[in-house]
Amino acid sequence: MTRSRRRKLQVFRTAVFLVLGAFFLVPIGAMFEFSTRGNGVAAPRTLDAWTAIAKVPELLPAISVSLQLAVITAVAMLVLLLPTMVWVRLRLPGLSRVVEFICLLPLTVPAIALVVGMVPLYRWIGPNLSDSILTLSFAYLILVLPYTYRTLDAGLAAIDLKTLSEAARSLGAGWGTVMLRVVVPNMSSAILNASLLAVALVLGEFTFANLLAFENLQVAIFFVGSVSAGTSIAVAVASLLFAFVLLMILSFVGRPRERLARDEPTGIPGPFGPPAMPQGL
Amino acid sequence: MPFFGYVGLFLLLPTVIIAAGSFTTKSGSFTFSNLTAINQPYLVKSLVNSLVISAVSAVVGALAGALLAYAVVTGNPRGILRRSVTSASGVLAQFGGVTLAFAFIATLGTTGVVYLFLVDRGIDIFAKGVWLYELSGLVLVYTYFQIPLMLIVFLPALDGIRPQWREATESLGGSTWHYWRYVAGPLLAPSFLGCTLLLFANAFSAYATAQALISQGSIVVPLAISNLLTSETGRAQPGLAKALALMMILIVMVVMVLYAVLQRRTSRWLR
Repeated sequence: MTRSRRRKLQVFRTAVFLVLGAFFLVPIGAMFEFSTRGNGVAAPRTLDAWTAIAKVPELLPAISVSLQLAVITAVAMLVLLLPTMVWVRLRLPGLSRVVEFICLLPLTVPAIALVVGMVPLYRWIGPNLSDSILTLSFAYLILVLPYTYRTLDAGLAAIDLKTLSEAARSLGAGWGTVMLRVVVPNMSSAILNASLLAVALVLGEFTFANLLAFENLQVAIFFVGSVSAGTSIAVAVASLLFAFVLLMILSFVGRPRERLARDEPTGIPGPFGPPAMPQGL
Repeated sequence: MPFFGYVGLFLLLPTVIIAAGSFTTKSGSFTFSNLTAINQPYLVKSLVNSLVISAVSAVVGALAGALLAYAVVTGNPRGILRRSVTSASGVLAQFGGVTLAFAFIATLGTTGVVYLFLVDRGIDIFAKGVWLYELSGLVLVYTYFQIPLMLIVFLPALDGIRPQWREATESLGGSTWHYWRYVAGPLLAPSFLGCTLLLFANAFSAYATAQALISQGSIVVPLAISNLLTSETGRAQPGLAKALALMMILIVMVVMVLYAVLQRRTSRWLR
């Protein structure tokens, strides 16, 4: 590469990083600025909006409910998906394409469209099963399916499932023991990744909750925003930071081991392989 | 297996409900009226708006995202810069909805930091009206999650480009222009187009961001569906909402199938 071309490339790269860096960082910085504003023109910076989070009656229950939903969804996802994927890999490899297709299907059905079909379901669930907001996790399980499927699939591909399970079975282990004491410990990082991803997706979910008339964290932030902009932005920043930390953990921790096991580098960060369509934006 | 039962109940059944509901009246008899009812000026307009902002934000996001991906890929492949940019993109591509809308209101809203900063310097970006809460504002906000998504899906294709190809071009007397026009361009084109389609589908399905930024009216299809579903004055029209939802699903499906075809075309050379 000639020197002038190298210099041009450096100028180009610096310009791109500066411009796009500003585009992405300024709005986040602006939220911090906005949430620490005092009342009045020359008022000093305050943390009033942040301390007010605890005083808004709707917010605390919404936060707690969203956390519960996140945990329930993550656990239910593991219980439903992992044994199915293990079973299909071991006993019914012919079905693996079908399971993959089903799991990736929610990517082609926009959340806003899917919710239209769910309204009648929830109209039935409400009176017959429970009208608790926690029933939302039924819908969220579908929502997180494509992302968690891909993560778990990569984790399963990285271990020699057949040998492990046959060894365990020949030593007298039942299927429960195989799952809990052989499969799970061997792919703990993939399981952690899938769970964190499910948690992050559920905490950021708005579409289903809003249209099914439940008040989760995002819906509460939305409503508080019309009353007190500062506080709602403070909560938004807090929830964003929380999701940010979760997803950063997910993209930095627990990858090297799987990278070693899979010998081809994927070039894709974390679990977001293509098509990585974020749902419910 | 419980998995299939569950998916049947919460994924396939809703889809069937949408498809069936699009063709039935409230009392349950067969009709095309839900589909023909889409042909109302305000719904046609919201559909056109949706297509336009999805296309514009996809093209802008794809171009900016491709530039960013190129800037990343020309750096050290194991460097901290690349790791940070890809991780941050993974986060930002998921960062939509209420929080994103608020971030832009805090930035460019009429009390936003950047807006006030510019006004102090005599630049009024809203001289012709506050466009942040209109279509152009929606495009701007959407690019915020489109660019990172483009980086994530386009980076593997760029990684597949071998430096040897450029050297081969040069040893045959080709210039930079020749390289991009006849070697890298044609190789990357299917992937670029495919990723643009993915971005289109992504913007087309986005609801929460639009709802939080523009709470009134049916400016795009997702907002129209939401209004038809939740209308409190008793004018909720579930049949029409289902017809619109069916149309959205069909459009996104066509786009995603094209995306898959183009991805397959890409993998012939790059991988």
